[in-house]
Amino acid sequence: MLREKYILLLLTNVKRPRSMAGESEKKILLEMVQADGADEGCVTFVLHDEDHTLGNSLRYMIMKKSVLVTDVEFCGYTITHPSESKINFRIQTRGGVPAVEPLRRGLTELNDVCQHVLNTFQARVNEFKERQEQPME
Amino acid sequence: MAATRRNVEEIRTRVILGEFGVKNVHTTDFPGNYPGFDDTWNMPAFQRNFRVDVVHMDESSMEFDMVGVDAAIANAFRRILLAEVHTTDFPGNYPGFDDTWNMSAFQRNFRVDVVHMDESSMEFDMVGVDAAIANAFRRILLAEVPTMAIEKVFIYNNTSIVQDEVLAHRLGLVPIRADPRLFEYKNTAEGSAEEEASEIDTIQLQLKVKCSRNPRASKDSSDPRELYLNHMVYSRDITWVPIGNQADVFADCSIGPVHDDILIAQLRPGQELDITMHCVKGVGKDHAKFSPVATASYRLLPDISLLETVEGERAERLKRCFSPGVMQVEDVDGRKVARVVNSRLDTCSREVLRHSDLKNAVKLGRVRDHFIFTVESTGILPPDVLVTEAIKVLMTKCQTFLNELNSTDLG
Repeated sequence: MLREKYILLLLTNVKRPRSMAGESEKKILLEMVQADGADEGCVTFVLHDEDHTLGNSLRYMIMKKSVLVTDVEFCGYTITHPSESKINFRIQTRGGVPAVEPLRRGLTELNDVCQHVLNTFQARVNEFKERQEQPME
Repeated sequence: MAATRRNVEEIRTRVILGEFGVKNVHTTDFPGNYPGFDDTWNMPAFQRNFRVDVVHMDESSMEFDMVGVDAAIANAFRRILLAEVHTTDFPGNYPGFDDTWNMSAFQRNFRVDVVHMDESSMEFDMVGVDAAIANAFRRILLAEVPTMAIEKVFIYNNTSIVQDEVLAHRLGLVPIRADPRLFEYKNTAEGSAEEEASEIDTIQLQLKVKCSRNPRASKDSSDPRELYLNHMVYSRDITWVPIGNQADVFADCSIGPVHDDILIAQLRPGQELDITMHCVKGVGKDHAKFSPVATASYRLLPDISLLETVEGERAERLKRCFSPGVMQVEDVDGRKVARVVNSRLDTCSREVLRHSDLKNAVKLGRVRDHFIFTVESTGILPPDVLVTEAIKVLMTKCQTFLNELNSTDLG
């Protein structure tokens, strides 16, 4: 809590909770925090109810395309406090690319990676099961 | 003036060991900190001042002086030497390597090999993926794949020696066979009909046991198994009480404890338990009782290579340094020669490094992107289903945040 207050003190003109439709009842999942005067390329995303599981794998996917393809200058995350279930996910870009772009691309690619892992895993498990059934016949 | 100048010089170049502590530990010579000093980074000056003197060197150790560089940089070298186990193949880190993400290359290299699988445990290799992603799967298996577990215990009567709260805790940990995918999370938000247990989110169980004397026991017996009836309460005594249409929907999947023989309490004649329980859907990060796995872990594939031929007594000793089956001593033209046959079996104990004549003959390593996963289910779901569910959980996370991004007006 203290840590968050500190951030809020530092950053005036903070963009406050953005969430899906039905704002009052819906739980906030994603927030964007930007410093006053900073462009769209320097954003801290607050991912609620997330930890190293998504944080580290997403950071990896975003860092993997950092140099040539798009210009991500920095990508990192912190867990604000062990008793708070949220992470601050920071992205800084070069050349005025909005920070949402690498985030969106990272999420899409992580999803694609999972899809491929899932397909491969299921195919091999089915093969294994077939192989096990054969000797019994 | 000359004195203060010397003082400043001392602060800039020396760590002072005082009687009550150490002074001037941190680097302070940043530009602008010291009037009259030009502390901006100057490459030629650095190159002029920087030097390395090798003091001592043999095949296994060396000592050298590194002069004219900041602690930040020297420490970076030290840390890298000590433990460079982190992922470093990010784009631009290694000149000449293209480390940018390449989906087709990933799909070409990625593979899964199932080594062993039965209804409660499995071992498989996942090759060609980074630790960040493999670890995400492991973490999700432990904490974010949902199961059904006893959440509410209504104790109508408990005259046993086990206290109510202890009994409730024990009951909570009993794995309940019910497919969590067929249930909804119970809505615990304020104002919702919280106390109402509905057929879509709750399983009701009952435990009703009373202990009595066995009338057919022999007079001189002292064995409680013979003297009493129902004196041991096992998980098999828990019965399912269907709510609503559950009896029809789950007719062919017997809902109840996975294991029959979990001892819940011991009773003596006259004592009884009369308990109703509600199971709800939950995840392991809320409470460990919801975790669907006994263990889910991975290790990196060991990679052992011999750098020279090791023969005779040394070969035998080398073999004994590793787990059984890793090394083999073979007979080559009457000489005993050591050979690596299966480095997968090794526990990576580093015993070999204690033998000064052997340590330079082998190279011990682990393959950075080869994960040997072991998943042991609690028996609620088969292990392969758990892994697929874990992967789907990570995909759901991605999609949730993508939707969230698309529904905001930015981007």
